[in-house]
Amino acid sequence: MRVGIDLGSRTIKVAAMCNGQLVDHQLAESGFDPYGQSMAMIKKYEAEKIVATGYGRHLAQEHFAQEVITEIKAHAIGARHFFPDCRTVIDIGGQDSKVISLDEQGRVANFQMNDKCAAGTSRFLEIMAATLGFRLDEFGPAALESQNEANINSMCTVFAESEVISMKNRGIPRKDIARAVHLSVVNRLVIMLSRVGFGRKIVFSGGVARNPCIVHMLHEWLGEAKVESSPAPDLIGAIGAAIHAGKC
Amino acid sequence: MSSTAFEVKAYPEMWESLNMDVPRFDKARQMLGEVYGKMYLSQPDRPQNMAYFDEMISEIFGGRIKEMLDVKKTGKPVVGTFCVYIPEEIVVAAGGICVGLCGGSQGPIPDAEKILPRNICPMVKSAYGFKAGRICPYFQIVDFVYGETTCDAKKKTWEILDRLVPTYVMEIPQMKNKRDKTLWLEEVKDFKAKVEEVCKTSISANDLAGAIKVINDKRRALQRLTGIRSANPAPISGKDALLIEQIAFYDEPVRFAQKVNALCVELEHRIANGEGVAPAAAPRVMVSGTPMALPNWKVHNLVETAGAVIVNEESCIGTRYFKDLIDENTSDIDSQLEVLTDRYMQIDCSCFTPNNERVDQVLKEYKDSNAQGILHYSLQFCHTYNIEEIKIREACEKEGIPYLSIESDYSPEDVGQLQTRIEAFLEQIRG
Ligand code: SF4
Ligand code: SF4
Repeated sequence: MRVGIDLGSRTIKVAAMCNGQLVDHQLAESGFDPYGQSMAMIKKYEAEKIVATGYGRHLAQEHFAQEVITEIKAHAIGARHFFPDCRTVIDIGGQDSKVISLDEQGRVANFQMNDKCAAGTSRFLEIMAATLGFRLDEFGPAALESQNEANINSMCTVFAESEVISMKNRGIPRKDIARAVHLSVVNRLVIMLSRVGFGRKIVFSGGVARNPCIVHMLHEWLGEAKVESSPAPDLIGAIGAAIHAGKC
Repeated sequence: MSSTAFEVKAYPEMWESLNMDVPRFDKARQMLGEVYGKMYLSQPDRPQNMAYFDEMISEIFGGRIKEMLDVKKTGKPVVGTFCVYIPEEIVVAAGGICVGLCGGSQGPIPDAEKILPRNICPMVKSAYGFKAGRICPYFQIVDFVYGETTCDAKKKTWEILDRLVPTYVMEIPQMKNKRDKTLWLEEVKDFKAKVEEVCKTSISANDLAGAIKVINDKRRALQRLTGIRSANPAPISGKDALLIEQIAFYDEPVRFAQKVNALCVELEHRIANGEGVAPAAAPRVMVSGTPMALPNWKVHNLVETAGAVIVNEESCIGTRYFKDLIDENTSDIDSQLEVLTDRYMQIDCSCFTPNNERVDQVLKEYKDSNAQGILHYSLQFCHTYNIEEIKIREACEKEGIPYLSIESDYSPEDVGQLQTRIEAFLEQIRG
């Protein structure tokens, strides 16, 4: 058995694989003690090899993982596992968003990550949903219902939040504000996609891949290119790490 | 004491006499020692001749300051500069000392932000803050500083800095046409007149010839070191080489050149024996972009901690400072100033437009250094380098050179993010 563990900024994901098949997986909050949490998650496996990825990868390597790879590489491998011909991967994680372009063999050719700020990440969507009184799972569907153009201009989470509050106070319906929030995330993705370049098939991973409004807006912008939301979108990094473990 | 314990020596009385904020500065001194111990002394297989440069850091706030004070006692000035366009040969010809004052640490930035806008280059803020907070002995010791009109952040800060220390400004043109050279030459002559006035001396052709030789020798020594770094396995870490390039801006030039040459001899032995500081398979990265002023070791440390080695710095604290020499075959002062100006006009800073020579230079250094990828580094809010980055990126794409661009400042908050991007870049190089 080969195990991949993705120690993200907010959650820890584990994928266990045998002969290229996913046989088990777990997802838990990182909490205050990501080391303790990951130990609890992996102890049930008799793993031949553990590969770690994500922000906590070096912590894992100090204690139990035999090898680390970056989340960029892990997502590239994971996405190719489900879509062997994909050339572009979008991943929106808790604290960062990234766009990765792959060469024909699936190697990372180029990538972009958001800068220091949380804007354009799933954390950003959570904060905005809370400000507008939506549960996270309602947020995308609500935004999708809106037909009205509104815009958020700020590039920064803190300022975007005050922009949202002032929109509320101007009496703009919250669905329309929700749409504007989603649009601002998509605009950021579009900038990254344009910088990296993209192919006709784009795989979308990370929890935000389940948000129907983001996916819809991306489709609208992309025209011909097709966005595939990956199965098990939260697990792509962990699966990529597990596959990498299997290779060695 | 662990093997990485290191101390930057304290000279509280001397600092007091320089009107410094001694308690605060002493804390900064201790921190520098700790960071240096951790980042530098922990490196495996360091060349023995690095001992001199360790000593230069240990004495950075003491021994070297004392030497400068001794020169000042003879009536000669210490001139502070912020740019490699200021012709140090002229200061040296007059018997004075030139010292680079660019700020490379986060510490003084809050001092600067009390008055300067926040969204300007951290190097400018750091330098200004060192003076405002009285926490840099070099800033306290200079007789005056000589700024220039390169980027907007610097040229407008000089007006504010002048309130704290006499600040003169040399006009550097923005283009490289014939008439720009005429202006430049005039500016060089004014600079010479100013230095002569303060030194109460007049610079003879002989003095200038001597100074040109001294500074050429310093630049030659650094060129030699750069050539040596092209060997694989790398005989010296990028961190150590960057340190030497940083020390070039405050050390006594003749001694410095000797020490660099002595180090080169040791490194040539290493190469002959196939020894290095990193395995031959370690990815070789070249850095290009804005200067990394002491103690800005952030990117080098991240790259080398991730198992790669940096083999070249295409930067003002790097090759842009020493790639060009002044013709030594002129004997009258007018032609000396001509060839000096010619040499300075070859510097390919992004403040110029157009500046296509830099793109060619980056590609040349990439080949010469046997690098396997280019990491472009731009300080945050440095518009000229950030925009010129587009051309460097396009050139790398065209040549198929693995490429990563980073924009960062001195704060530690983006270290995790940078680490991921750098490691992903190294994965790309490793294939
Ligand atoms: S980057 Fe340009 S402005 Fe800065 S020191 Fe170099 S030459 Fe001067
Ligand atoms: S790095 Fe850029 S902005 Fe900063 S001082 Fe140099 S040229 Fe100016």
